[in-house]
Amino acid sequence: MSTPLAPARPARLSLALRDSSTMLRRNLLHARRYPSLTLNLLLTPIVLLLLFVYVFGDVMSAGIGGDGADRSDYIAYLLPGILLMTIGGTLVGTAVSVSMDMTEGIIARFRAMAIHRGSVLNGHVISSVVQSVISVTLVGAVGVAIGFRSTDATALEWIAAFGLLALFALAFTWIAVGMGMVSPSAEAASNNALPLVFLPLISSAFVPVDAMPGWFQPIAQYQPFTPAIETLRGLLLGTEIGNNWWITIVWCLGLAALGYRWSKAVFNRDPK
Amino acid sequence: MPSSVMPTPRRGDGPQSSAAVSTVGLRKSYGDKTVLDGIDLRIPAGSVFALLGPNGAGKTTAVKILSTLITADGGHAQVAGHDLATSPDGVRAAIGVTGQFSAVDGLITGEENMLLMADLHHLSKREGRQVTAELLERFDLTEAAKKPASTYSGGMKRRLDIAMTLVGNPRIIFLDEPTTGLDPRSRHNMWQIIRELVSDGVTVFLTTQYLEEADELADRIAVLNDGKIAAEGTADELKRLIPGGHVRLRFTDPSTYQRAASALREVTRDDEALALQIPSDGSQRELRSILDWLDSAGIEADELTMHTPDLDDVFFALTGGTDQPKEAVR
Repeated sequence: MSTPLAPARPARLSLALRDSSTMLRRNLLHARRYPSLTLNLLLTPIVLLLLFVYVFGDVMSAGIGGDGADRSDYIAYLLPGILLMTIGGTLVGTAVSVSMDMTEGIIARFRAMAIHRGSVLNGHVISSVVQSVISVTLVGAVGVAIGFRSTDATALEWIAAFGLLALFALAFTWIAVGMGMVSPSAEAASNNALPLVFLPLISSAFVPVDAMPGWFQPIAQYQPFTPAIETLRGLLLGTEIGNNWWITIVWCLGLAALGYRWSKAVFNRDPK
Repeated sequence: MPSSVMPTPRRGDGPQSSAAVSTVGLRKSYGDKTVLDGIDLRIPAGSVFALLGPNGAGKTTAVKILSTLITADGGHAQVAGHDLATSPDGVRAAIGVTGQFSAVDGLITGEENMLLMADLHHLSKREGRQVTAELLERFDLTEAAKKPASTYSGGMKRRLDIAMTLVGNPRIIFLDEPTTGLDPRSRHNMWQIIRELVSDGVTVFLTTQYLEEADELADRIAVLNDGKIAAEGTADELKRLIPGGHVRLRFTDPSTYQRAASALREVTRDDEALALQIPSDGSQRELRSILDWLDSAGIEADELTMHTPDLDDVFFALTGGTDQPKEAVR
């Protein structure tokens, strides 16, 4: 019989960090071994980007105001929204993989082990945020390749833009994890997460909010995607940010706290 | 657990043996369906305990409660000296669980599953690799180590499952129906594995629906029926409760049958099948005395079969439910 040494129980925080990073490695291994889901979800924002720029570009550029706005102006207008849509797509993958994982027997094994209880979910969340950041970078690279250029963003503004995308991904990932936890199957999880894909369509991602019907404008204006998109535009293109930055942060913190508590509560319930 | 502390024996049995698992009045219900209705158990450390019962008797629920997966509605339980309700992490650190449904990560390889367990038990990289190699070797999985666990056969998955359970060197192991769904060879392999665990001094709590399995492996057996312990004891003690073991004599000629039936008393008649049942414990000695008895009475049956007690017999004997259709307990 093997005799592994019985390790001393480390302090709670280091236990949490250690177990969470173990779970993160597990989730990243899944993503690396089975990349098809991630790649499929990446395809949607890239296709949308190309479609709106090369097929609808001429018409759309007329709609963003400004006389003589052309296709390259529309790329600049479009890309921040597409980047946030990329996060939305990754979230569907998160909800699906969480719901599939929860039906696996190994989760029961984790529950009966003396590990940090939150580490299973932490692993999912961090892995999903990492995937979001990689996807956003890839889609951003496509945007640059077809002509997106920042006007005069400083290094600090680039860092802030990156941080905003990461915070946004983190907040919505906790919501997506909760959606995955309460979904009995992968199909249900995919359906439950669909609003996260639709929300950007009714934001300022494709057309300005003031081009929408009056009764709809408040919804489009204050849903989480629009302030985030406007903040990103401000950072990268030098447009007016106004109060959008703090609305975005309030949304992100609120959703992260809500999703975190929701997911933990569902995970701590007795399994069926 | 401090072993120097004097154990305080609660009951007469084994004053020096500390209990690995003890429960008092454990209860669990789902909605208005009572699954466990007051379970009292005391399992000495280093022994093998089998919880025997048909499907739906509550075996899995009992394992889930004792392994901290779900919480009981009532009663008290201690596992490895830790209270389930107040110190679940203490319990978790001392136990290993292999559930009825495979608890392996199918998306990664067998070796990666093992290394994952090593990491979660906070072994160093070197220790983790060493333990993984040893256990994969021991469970005959070295060749398949680099393949995804989802491609494993049922027996291989079960072996990987137990290997993963052993990474943390647990002192108490719960095995929920470890051989259900395995072919006969894999089943015997599993029995061998369980015997080896016991020789290492581990306490094993297993559930099964096969009396034969409990008989092979367990020091003590409890029969769970309808959420209650119907009987508890050693295999021999339980078998004495079972009237199901018998020798069956079948005749083709009705007149020979009638003659035999009147010559032999203490038999159960089955006039339609022309068969007689003589109670027997299945031992060689008793079979010989039955044969001698038949010879001296000048009776020659056309067919003689031994019937050994099975779970149905135990179940009917212990619940007195002879009027129930057999299918109801399968």
